[in-house]
Amino acid sequence: MLHLVQDSPTENNKLVLCIERAVPGQTILLIEEAVYGARCDSSVVAQVMKGIEVLTICALAPDLEARGILTEETLPSIRRISYEEFVDLAANSKHIHTWL
Amino acid sequence: MKKNFLYVIQSTSFDGIRIQEALDEIMTVAAFDQPVSLLFLDEGVYSLKRGQNPEILNLKNVVPIFDALEMYEIKLLYIEDESLKIRGLSTGDLILPVIPVSRSEIGGLLENFDVVLTG
Repeated sequence: MLHLVQDSPTENNKLVLCIERAVPGQTILLIEEAVYGARCDSSVVAQVMKGIEVLTICALAPDLEARGILTEETLPSIRRISYEEFVDLAANSKHIHTWL
Repeated sequence: MKKNFLYVIQSTSFDGIRIQEALDEIMTVAAFDQPVSLLFLDEGVYSLKRGQNPEILNLKNVVPIFDALEMYEIKLLYIEDESLKIRGLSTGDLILPVIPVSRSEIGGLLENFDVVLTG
């Protein structure tokens, strides 16, 4: 299952709630403002690190680059994915849920 | 062909018309004999609180619609335990019987449905 989060972790707690609600083996993709949650020094880094132990967490590369978030600023275990990989990920996920 | 629908309710009936629109959709889906369940998360749990009087603010009361869900054979109402507790509520404060689910089980619950929509 693929979870999509689009809000910044300093705006609301949707990213943290998503991490807590996802079950092991599921994938979370950070898009739009949520990519700030991929930074090593984000306010939610502890929760993201804990999530990565059992979940796959990705962030959309164009959204990171547009916001000037460099590879060295992001947690190494968060994969930066392209639009093409986003499409593949969505197409290969039986369930997709956006946490609005 | 039947598909299992789950509606995730995350807002209150005082926050715009999202709940009203979701309830319209839920009734429509149920009218086509599709099995529908509801999951209340976050602020959405307030929408089932007893004793609401939205008429005071000239807002539509959605409680009678929730009451009518049973007639539409919508019987499975799930609610996240943590969302209730953090708001100082328990299942006894709600207008309808619900099935409490813990936060760590939500991702697994969503996978049990063919279609998951946010209300």
